[in-house]
Amino acid sequence: MMMTDPVSIARRRILEPANLTDADLDRLLGMLIGPTVDAADLYFQTSRLESWILEDGIIKDGNFSIEQGAGMRVISGEKTGFAYSDELRLPILAQAANAARAIARQGQCATTRIGTVSHPQQLYHPIDPIVSLPDPEKIALLKRVDAEARRADPRVCEVVASVVAVQDTILVLADDGSLAADVRPLVRLNVNVVVESDGRREQGSAGGGARADLGYFLMEDRAMSFAREAVRLAVTNLEAGEAPAGTMTVVLGSGWPGVLLHEAVGHGLEGDFNRKGSSAFAGRIGERVAAPGVTVVDDGTLPGRRGSLNMDDEGTMTQRTVLIEDGILRGYLQDKLNARLTGTRSTGNGRRESYAHLPMPRMTNTYMLAGDRDPEEIIASVDQGLYAVNFGGGQVDITSGKFVFSASEAYLIERGKIGRSVKGATLIGNGPDVLTRVSMIGNDLRLDDGVGTCGKEGQSVPVGVGQPTLRIDGLTVGGTQT
Amino acid sequence: MPIDSTEETSQRLARLMQTVEDLLKEAKQRGATAAEASVGSSAGLEISVRLGSVETVEHTRDNGLGVTVYFGHRKGSATTSDLSTTALREAVRAACSIATHTQEDPCAHLADAALMATDLPDLDLYHPWPLEVAEAITIATECEDAARGYDARIVNSEGASLSSHTGIKVYGNSHGFVAGYPTSRHGLSCAVIGQQGQSLQRDHWWTSARAPTDLTAARVVGERAAERTVARLGARRIETCSVPVLFRAEIATGLVRSLMSVIQGANIYRRTSFLLDRIGERVFPEFVRIHEEPLLPRGLSSAPFDGDGVATRSKDLISDGILQTYILDSYSACRLGMQTTGNAGGVRNLRVQMGELDRNGLLREMHTGLLVTELMGHGVNPVTGDYSRGAAGFWVEGGVIQYPVEEITIAGNLKRMYAGLVGIGNDCDYDGSTRTGSWLIDSMTIAGE
Repeated sequence: MMMTDPVSIARRRILEPANLTDADLDRLLGMLIGPTVDAADLYFQTSRLESWILEDGIIKDGNFSIEQGAGMRVISGEKTGFAYSDELRLPILAQAANAARAIARQGQCATTRIGTVSHPQQLYHPIDPIVSLPDPEKIALLKRVDAEARRADPRVCEVVASVVAVQDTILVLADDGSLAADVRPLVRLNVNVVVESDGRREQGSAGGGARADLGYFLMEDRAMSFAREAVRLAVTNLEAGEAPAGTMTVVLGSGWPGVLLHEAVGHGLEGDFNRKGSSAFAGRIGERVAAPGVTVVDDGTLPGRRGSLNMDDEGTMTQRTVLIEDGILRGYLQDKLNARLTGTRSTGNGRRESYAHLPMPRMTNTYMLAGDRDPEEIIASVDQGLYAVNFGGGQVDITSGKFVFSASEAYLIERGKIGRSVKGATLIGNGPDVLTRVSMIGNDLRLDDGVGTCGKEGQSVPVGVGQPTLRIDGLTVGGTQT
Repeated sequence: MPIDSTEETSQRLARLMQTVEDLLKEAKQRGATAAEASVGSSAGLEISVRLGSVETVEHTRDNGLGVTVYFGHRKGSATTSDLSTTALREAVRAACSIATHTQEDPCAHLADAALMATDLPDLDLYHPWPLEVAEAITIATECEDAARGYDARIVNSEGASLSSHTGIKVYGNSHGFVAGYPTSRHGLSCAVIGQQGQSLQRDHWWTSARAPTDLTAARVVGERAAERTVARLGARRIETCSVPVLFRAEIATGLVRSLMSVIQGANIYRRTSFLLDRIGERVFPEFVRIHEEPLLPRGLSSAPFDGDGVATRSKDLISDGILQTYILDSYSACRLGMQTTGNAGGVRNLRVQMGELDRNGLLREMHTGLLVTELMGHGVNPVTGDYSRGAAGFWVEGGVIQYPVEEITIAGNLKRMYAGLVGIGNDCDYDGSTRTGSWLIDSMTIAGE
């Protein structure tokens, strides 16, 4: 019988092919720790990715990729030494361990033994999504997506569709001898269409994903609904007029518009920025940063979600962390380093893009809990404003607190009714006070479709966002119509 | 194939070229009618200091291999970070397996053999820096100290970082073309935080070069980071209005990048560009010239051949304000029925012809408007040219900076912004592969209070 617990899988997939034994790991860890060392870890990873792309009606290209390696980290006080290698040979790993250890020069190497093996939660199964569908079925899926998009509207002139499956296997050995592993599936399907009518062109994109197998896209008509959604967005934008410019009441739709929370408060509550005092939220725990009724959480434990993890990249179990409770700032997101330096505990948010990157506090799934207002009542309450339901990405300046997020589907609200559609526009606000302007919270909490990728200091990780419909009294809309 | 970091560069280059030959041979043995492969290997040191103490010391070491196989006009590709013989075989096998499922694409083939680079000039791109950790710390500390000591309002720091990398890239294909070269890149950056009342602001500066001797002095980098941070203190909002906008030089590069994106082959054949069928037509006023110089010695993105093995050449992309060419690789050129421009992998070293005016001259020319020094977000629609981004900068009246501005957006349409370009400065003062002075645009909508 095949062993299906993550540690066994990780041993078999990473350590055994490289002929690395437990004694080798003990030796490497022993080289990292010592009297002047506060923390150390070894991170092994193998990541396999397969992608297929359809363009111009044909399956144009496919790619298969394997990345593997090991990162060694040594922390002494606030200093971190780090080295990595994509070769898993013991002499090369020992060289990397020495380089990482040089940060804490004094003291002898210590000895350690692999002790406890931790068994994290199972929010997703240790499956291989790449083999979850035969190749001809992946191709047939993309062709159906293409046909569905072209069928949805005669103005569709280009369709690009892609499907990506990733299996990421990681093994973390911490300085206390604890060994933990996680096998992380991730799938994603994307559709981009161009529509053309009377010389005017527009594009629309839709997609989704999860920590699941590729069968996810066959269920609940998902793939086909992404195709129709991309066409609907493109056609809507084809008819959109100029967006307004200035500060106004904005109603944000449920789901992906939760990128607001990610940018406006999420990053500002990451432990590293707060320890260093570089965040506009530093030192504000216990203060009011949002209107009463606003509760924001970061939850890495939602089964199957793109932003979820059985454990973070330091081997800490993920959890649900309350960031803002009824408008009051309650907590920060921590990794081990920042938790230790600020006398608190890791919240299971220590994440890294790969073995070649250092962990830091990162979000998982960040969302606002539902309120009690009917979304239609919220729109009806606005005399003049903007209703923004779809967004592209966003960005934040942690220190000044200013953040942006770009609407890709928006409508004017006139006398309580949804009016004409307007072109995409960037919205800008101030993180520490934008949530104090939330005046109505919908009862329709929804999470995004599983498309979010967050970038921080050059590292990308998959994340989720969500929120109910929200009314915000005063957000600056960057249109052209004055 | 393990690469020892102490191995001589020429030996490493020879070994990586052999790896490419092996990949091509393996592909042929598996029945591919054509193949291409690239291999890269790099190593480096990155250190950061914060508030006078070392924060991180990182030793980097990266390998990568990519192979694309063609069976007639069907293709498949694979990549891996593992350069061992086993991994190499596995990559070729995976690429071949994918090619059994992809479909006939008449444009799926190598670039013409006749276009392969034959002359490989030495572009002076390799200047390794035998940098010790202690020396790196000294330099970064000097940089951060200069920033922290610049002004009493600098109250905190995100630190200074020094990095030094060397690498080798090799590309080959079944036309018999196999070539590679070593490169180096070094950089120093610094970011500090200033405070005035309750308001905190952060800004940064950087330097980057192929040779360590070409880097801006550490003290200067630190002082500029501090100068920029202090200048932002006391920023306020302004009222919604339509005014001229001056994009400071390092920010104006974004307008050049947006242009490159909409004249890039894939966006043309996918019809996701507002500049379809516009070659030979006016996009900018007559004074605008944008030139690509891929063979520039020590250039930050110089390369003797492109990602298809095709010789790179210098050319005007815009001259007299007129669009001269799209940016094409072999595939997109085929799709458009055109010739490749040697731009597989992108454009290399853009030079925007400088104008007569320095920054103060441009401010006087603008008279009243907004000087933009930071942009946020990605609000550029390549299909329509619609442009809307978060911004920070300075309000200007009578040609003189009045006060810093934040939490505003600037919006317009790139088509009209390019046509409405009033002037380009001679004030290029940053390190980067795209070099331009500041751009003065006649009018944009500012959304504020």
